[in-house]
Order: sequence, then C-alpha cells, then structure tokens
Amino acid sequence: MKIYEQDLSAATAVTDKAPIGYVHSIETFGSVDGPGIRYVAFLQGCRMRCQFCHNPDTWNIGTGDEVTADEMLADAKRYRAFWGTQGGITTSGGEALLQIDFILDLFKKAKADGITTCLDTCGQPFTRKQPWFGKFEELMKYTDISMVDIKQINPREHKRLTGWSNENIFDMLDYMLEHDKHVWIRHVLVPQRTDYDYELIQIGNYIKTIAPIVDKVEILPYHTMGVPKYEELGIKYPLDGIEPPTTLRVKNAERLLHTSDYTNYKNFPNY
Amino acid sequence: MKELKTETTQNYWDGFTAGDWQGEIDVRDFIQQNLTQYDGDESFLEGPTEATTTLNNKVIALKQKEREAGGVLDADTKVPATLTSHKAGYIEKDLEKIVGLQTDKPLKRAFMPYGGIRMAEDALEAYGYKPDPEMHKIFSEWRKTHNQGVFDVYTPDMRKARHYKIVTGLPDAYGRGRIIPDLPRVALYGIDRLIEDKMADGANLGDGEMTDSVLRLREQVSEQIRALTNMKEMAASYGYDISRPAANAQEAVQWLYFGYLAAIKTQNGAAMSVGRIDAFMDIFIQRDLDKGLISEKDAQELIDQFVMKLRLVRFIRTPDYNDLFSGDPIWATLSMAGVGMDGRHHVSKTSFRVLKTLENMGAAPEPNITLLWDKRLPDGFKRYASEVSIDSSTIQYENDELLRDQWGTDYYGIACCVSAQPVADGVQFFGARANLAKAVLYAINGGVDELAGAQVGPNAEPITSDYIDYDEFMRKFSVQTDWLADVYVNALNAIHYMHDKYDYEAEELALKNTRLDYTFATGISGLSHAIDSISAIKYGHVKIIRNEAGIAVDFKADNDDYPRYGNNDDRADQIGKDLIKQFYNKMNTHHLYHDAKLSTSVLTITSNVVYGKNTGTTPNGRQAGEPFSPGANPAYGAEKNGALASLMSTAKLPYKYATDGISNTFGVTPRTLGNDVEGQKDTLVNMVDGYMENKGMHLNINVFNRDTLRDAQAHPEKYPTLTVRVSGYCVYFADLTKEQQDDVISRTYFEAM
Repeated sequence: MKIYEQDLSAATAVTDKAPIGYVHSIETFGSVDGPGIRYVAFLQGCRMRCQFCHNPDTWNIGTGDEVTADEMLADAKRYRAFWGTQGGITTSGGEALLQIDFILDLFKKAKADGITTCLDTCGQPFTRKQPWFGKFEELMKYTDISMVDIKQINPREHKRLTGWSNENIFDMLDYMLEHDKHVWIRHVLVPQRTDYDYELIQIGNYIKTIAPIVDKVEILPYHTMGVPKYEELGIKYPLDGIEPPTTLRVKNAERLLHTSDYTNYKNFPNY
Repeated sequence: MKELKTETTQNYWDGFTAGDWQGEIDVRDFIQQNLTQYDGDESFLEGPTEATTTLNNKVIALKQKEREAGGVLDADTKVPATLTSHKAGYIEKDLEKIVGLQTDKPLKRAFMPYGGIRMAEDALEAYGYKPDPEMHKIFSEWRKTHNQGVFDVYTPDMRKARHYKIVTGLPDAYGRGRIIPDLPRVALYGIDRLIEDKMADGANLGDGEMTDSVLRLREQVSEQIRALTNMKEMAASYGYDISRPAANAQEAVQWLYFGYLAAIKTQNGAAMSVGRIDAFMDIFIQRDLDKGLISEKDAQELIDQFVMKLRLVRFIRTPDYNDLFSGDPIWATLSMAGVGMDGRHHVSKTSFRVLKTLENMGAAPEPNITLLWDKRLPDGFKRYASEVSIDSSTIQYENDELLRDQWGTDYYGIACCVSAQPVADGVQFFGARANLAKAVLYAINGGVDELAGAQVGPNAEPITSDYIDYDEFMRKFSVQTDWLADVYVNALNAIHYMHDKYDYEAEELALKNTRLDYTFATGISGLSHAIDSISAIKYGHVKIIRNEAGIAVDFKADNDDYPRYGNNDDRADQIGKDLIKQFYNKMNTHHLYHDAKLSTSVLTITSNVVYGKNTGTTPNGRQAGEPFSPGANPAYGAEKNGALASLMSTAKLPYKYATDGISNTFGVTPRTLGNDVEGQKDTLVNMVDGYMENKGMHLNINVFNRDTLRDAQAHPEKYPTLTVRVSGYCVYFADLTKEQQDDVISRTYFEAM
C-alpha cells in the first residue's frame, strides 16, 4: 500500500502553482467517449495490464507531454462550436484517475466555464484512504458523467485479466450510487475472456442494483487495431489468435446486460 | 399592351400572394411572398410511384449498358446541337411526368463543336465514333470555334505554362460553364414575358454610341431573344406551350426543366448547375396540394422524375478531360435550404422531397445536392439530411451565412461544385487552377521545371546552397508567383473574350438579368503541399538533394517535427492564409476581362491526382507523382490531432479572397460518428454546425469504411451505386480510374480506436 501511494504522487507532479498533466495524445473529435462531440485528453500512465488493451503505449507513468489545466482548457475551447448541448471535455487514458490533481484542476476550471466534464476511468486507483479520497470527492463535484468499465464481475478473473482486483471498482460505483453521480457502464467483449453467458448475466444483475445512476450501458466489441502497437513496443500480444466477437455474440451481450433499458443519456446534461 | 398581358397572367398566379414580382421579373420576391416553411420531420414523405420505379429501372439498365459499352452508349457525329436539332426524346413517353432529353434518345450524347472542333472529334474517336468530315470542314474552315480563337491569341509564355502544367484545366477547348440560369423565370412568367423584357432592355441599351461594351451587350441581348424563341419551339416539340406561365405544379416543374434542358442542349460546360429551386417548386406544389388537385404521392413523383432527368445528362468528353474530372460529372448542382435575409429558413417540404429521391431511386452522383447550411435550419431537416449523408455519402454542405454575407443576397445558388453565385444577376467566368506546389519548386530551381528540365518560369537565380534559407526562398517564390499570376490571369482574359465571342451562352444568360455582375474565377491547387513545404523550409531545416542537372529532386528535413497544416497550428495555418492572400493580390494587379471582380478558390475536384502526377517531389516529403490532397484538405497523414483540428485549419483559410470556394472533403467511418444511428446523426449535425460557426466554407461528407472501398474496387459489380464525394462533387466509385480509386482509398478517414 505504501508503494501505491508513492506511485500516485509520482504520477501527478504537483508544483507550487498548477498541477501538471502528462498527456499521451489529444483527440479533438471524440464522439464515442461520452455524450456528444468531445475533446478527449488521453492521459499518460496506467497500472492495469488488460489483456485486450489497445493502447499499451499509454501505460508508462510520468512520461508524455506536460501541460497545465489552463493550457489544455484553452486548447479545448477552440472546439467549443462543435460541442452542441452535450459535448465537452473527456479525460481518458491511460488511467485518468492516476492524475487526479490535474483533472481536478481541469474539471473545476471547465465547469466554471460552463463546459461539461466526463471522466473515463477503470476505477483502479480508487481508494477511500486520505488524502486521495478527499480529492476524489472533490473531483466528483465537478464531474458531470463518468464512464466506468466492468471488465470482469469475478474478482479473481478480473485479476487474471487486468492484473488487479475489482473490489475497489465496485466500491467506487457504490460511492457514485450513494452520491447520485451518473455513469455509463461499459463492457469490453472479448471471446474466451469476457464473453461467457453466466458472467454476462451476473454483470447485468449487478448493473440493475445501481440502475438509478446508470445512463447508458455499452458493449464494446474487442478489436485488434492495437496489435501493431504491441509489435512496435516489442511486447508480446496476450490475445494472439483471438478474433473480435461475432455480431451475434455482441447482440447476445447487449441482451444479457439489458443495454436498451438504459436511455437516460439522451437527457444529458439536463436530467 | 403590357398591362393586358399582366391581366391574363393573373389566372396563372391565382392563389399566390401579390408583390413586386408581378410588376417585374423578380423570382426572389415571389419566393419571399409565398414561401411555405416546414419545421417537421421526414415522416410525411412518400415512396416512388410505380411509373417512377419502372422508368428508374430502365434508366439503371441503360446506365449499366453504358458502362459495359466503355462509357458511351450512343453519340451524335454530325448534327451540331441546338435547341431544335433533335426531335423529342423519351424514356417511356406514357410514364413520364416530366419530359425532355438532350437528344432524341436517353444517354445519347450530343455533338457540340462550338467550344472546339478538335476536342469534339477527339472525344468521339476516343469512344470509337467517326466524326463526320463535313463537320470538320465546317468548324475548321467556315465557322471559327472558341478553341481556335484562344489559340490564335495565346502568347508563347501561356502555351508554355499550359504545356508544363503549372496551369491546368483551362476552359480553352470546352465550355466554361458555371452559369446558373434563373430557371424559375420560365415557370413563373412564361417565355413571352421574358422576351418582352429583354426587348425593352435591348431598346434602352446604350445611347447609340457604339463602344465595345455596348456593341457586345446589344449583340448578346439579341442572341438571348433568339434563344428564348427557340426554347418555345423546343418545348412545343414535346407538346407544351411555354410562352405562358405554368398553370400548376406539374407544369411549373416541367417549365423549369425546359429552361435547364435549353442549357444542357447547347452548352458542354464545365458545370451545368440547376440553381436553387426547392422553395420555388414547393410553392406551386403546395398550391395544388391545398386545392386538392394532387396528393403527396403525386408531388413526390414530380420531384423524383425531375431528378431522374438530371441523372441522365451527358456530355462526350476526351480521355484527358476524364483524367481531370472523373466519372462523367456535369455538376447539375442543386442548392437547397438556407436562411433568408429576413431570418426565415427556406426549408420546405420539397427540400425533403429532393433528399427522398436518393432513397426512392437509389443513390446517384447527380444532381450534386448541396445544402446551404445554417445553424438555424430546423432540427428535423438537419437530422434527416445527416441520415441521408450517412446512408449515401451524396451530400455537400456549404456555409449559408458566410455566403449570404459575401454575396449580399439569399437568392444565390451554387454554380459548379462549390462556388456561390447570385441567381438573378451574377455570373462567374470559370478559371481552373494554378499549381502552387509546383511554384515552390520553380522558386528553388530558378523557374526550371523539375520534371521536364525546361526553363518555364522566369530565368531567375536558383537556390544553390545545400540547405534552403527561408528568406531567400520567399524572395524567389515571389518572383515565380508574380510571373505565374500574370500568365495565368492573362490566359483567362483571352479565354473569356473568345468564349463570349464564339461560344456565348445565350440560352442560359437569357434567363438572367441583362446587366450582370461578373466574377473572374481563378484557383489554387497543391495548397496543403505548398504550406507544408514552406513550413518545412521555415521550421524544419530542409536540405536539397539535386540530380546531375542540378535540379532539386528530393528534400530532407533535419527536423521532421515542423508544424503541418491540418493540426489547428497557427504557425502552419498562417502560411496558408498568406499564400492565398498574396497570390490573390498578385493576380489582382492585372487587367481582368469585362471588369470582372477577381475571386480565387481552393478546390481541385478529382484533378488533385493529375496535378500531383505532374509535380516533382516537394519539400514536405510528398514524392514526385503522388496525388495532391484534394481541395483545401491537409496532406494525407499530416493530421495528428483528429478531425476537428483538421477542420479548424481549413476553416481559417480566408473566404474573403477565395470567394470561389474552399473545399474540404471529409471522410469518416460510421463507428467514429457514434455507436448508434441517432448518435451518429447528432454528431454529424454538431460537426457541421461547429465547422460553419468557425467560418468553414464547404464540407463534403463521406461516411464509410476503407474496407468497403477496397472491396468495391475488387468487386465493382457488388457496388453499382456506391457513391463517394470527391472535392465538390459526387461520383460512382466504379466510374473512377484505378488511380483515383487508390487516391480515394488512401485519403484520410478519421477513425476512432
């Protein structure tokens, strides 16, 4: 646990003034990363090692382009005309929550400017320990919507798939439920890994228990577009030989997770 | 006499709101007074009638035969086309609600020698037809053509610039096109009233002092009157009397189409635009619907069959021309929607009906459907248009507010691919493009052509150092572009003088005001490569690699991370803004024919492939012969920050100088737009809204996967109606050359990971 905390402070360099964010890349036209068209900041650094990860180049912590929240906001606002009523800013990753000081600064300033904020996270850094938890509570005040992956329902399987347990992820969702913080739930569908009916049914049942905050449930079919990155980085691809799921299996997962029941996303941000 | 006439026309105008349009020719006022706005969605629309489907199947079969025959189904070899040169032609007479073909048979191409007899003959021979020797004699010995006129006066410098392709696509052997006739005049007033007006104009033209301009215009008005008279005869051969106004919706659409038919029977123009007719047709349709004379099904049938006719327009052209503009485009550009000067939008049910034709009869490249987009257009229409775009990739979007402000009227249309033109009183002299990427190389090589090794531009000192010094380069670039602007604009002066003289578009101009505002169009190709090359020189420390002859044939940037156009990076984008403004100003120092106002454009259509083929390796790393990016698009692969950053770069280019259009061809995969159809529509609407709000001028939207294109290239029979938007128009993918298909496939498709 000690190492854990140290890592966190290393991931976000807090200077005297503004926290610095480490950015992997920017997508100005994100239309599948939260409501509407969004400016998506892919932050550098993640501790999970999901076997299906298509962005292994975002894993390293503490590298990437250094920016302040003001700088990023100024850049993002150039695209404001494209955002309509729903669009805005998304922080993704990597794992955005590893840089909580930076995104807190960013979201606070974005909200002050009337911009909607979306946090794309896998929840892995979540803890109720201070001082981190205090920052998270503060962050939630400025977060309009979060996108949370449920990669696996079973903690042991989750650890096998990602290297980490999922207990704190469910704890984070509990917190969100308690505080009425809305989420999109996403499940990456990987044949032979996350595409077993009995598990999908369990996920579906779990989502029902947090239904009041769930605006949308999405099945993300696993794809192989990340494979060349592994080759480039010289990392062995963990899912060699696994093909993307069939349309039939995707439909099946949508049915078992009752995706069509969750339509509140249409009302964002005016519930 | 005149008053009596107005009395009788009253019956035809029964039910319309009165206004200035009754006392004088003023279609805009008629639309203003009678517009029926529609704010709903597409649910009222009807499918095709049985007659439409039968006719459409015939048309599709004919087009298939045409493709199998190598591109041309039938062609005239000995009858020079005039309004009355051919007897009435039909697809299937009894089923046709809207009639009229260019010749006596569908898809049979007319013989149009006035632009140039050689071009007309070459085109025939290219498709295995034997031109009539008698025609050759007539049009080379007895009757001079536009082409001969131009070559009689071209200077050696102009011939050289043309030969070495630093200037390409000049309309010196074919029609310049780009005139939008005010077609609704035929329906609203009838031909007799139009003749009467032109006669009154003619009578009062000049004070008897025969200056060049008075002579020219007096002669033109006389030709217009003759053209109007012949239009009546042409319509009579189809059994219609268009001397009077249209009495109902069917006649209104028919009359208007006769006006268009007159244009395409007589001019093989670079573009034969239809104009902006949705609100106008809608008024006649609505009147009949209100009277209970027709049903929605009937209304849709009229629009379907009108659009079907626009899909049948053909010209015979040479292989050279087809290399430039592939897929047999004729730019039957049909502009729709928009917002009026008074703030009312012009979306009518007929705007929807036109879009519905794409579903009723399948996707097709013509007419070139152009939406004049404004944030204030009703949501139902925006979303329907997005849906059609996603399904068929056949729509282009233009910034209505930008155009309205620039041209000072809401009654403008899109001529050709992208250029706006006031319908009542504006005309454009089309002017092809100058190659600025090549001019960059001329600056480095002292005016020596990098491919041919010949001295083409001014014989100036080349850059002799290993590395290119930015200041030295800019000085030398200015010398070469001074020359380029001069030779280019003056070649166009020659062209338009001769075009007026030998191939005057009387049939189109008869349907416009007598006194017109002329725009002198020019264009820029290779902009993105010129920008990135100059940026490389400025920020990247570029080394020259020369061949034995000392010509720069390759380049190496020490710092490959220099700013590139397409990333919303002002350092690069400013270079683009400066290039346009500077080249415009250089051209503007010259005399312009007919006292026209200079405009320029950044749009290449499919000619980006040919321009690239004729241009050596550029300092931005683009290899010799590689296609340019189309229009104002960033160079392939230059964009690093996603689609919006790319769009923002284009949006910065100054429309104020490039009033002829700044074209962006945008490709995106469906999944990138969103995970479901409703979300995809939202994304598209927001994207277009945002682009326009940032003063982006034009957007072609293609929605498909690269894999689909690859499959279509390998198996064209599986995708007979797959259409793609290229810079400013739409083509069947199957009708592109292999090179152009490769180019379309290699274009940037923004893709979400």
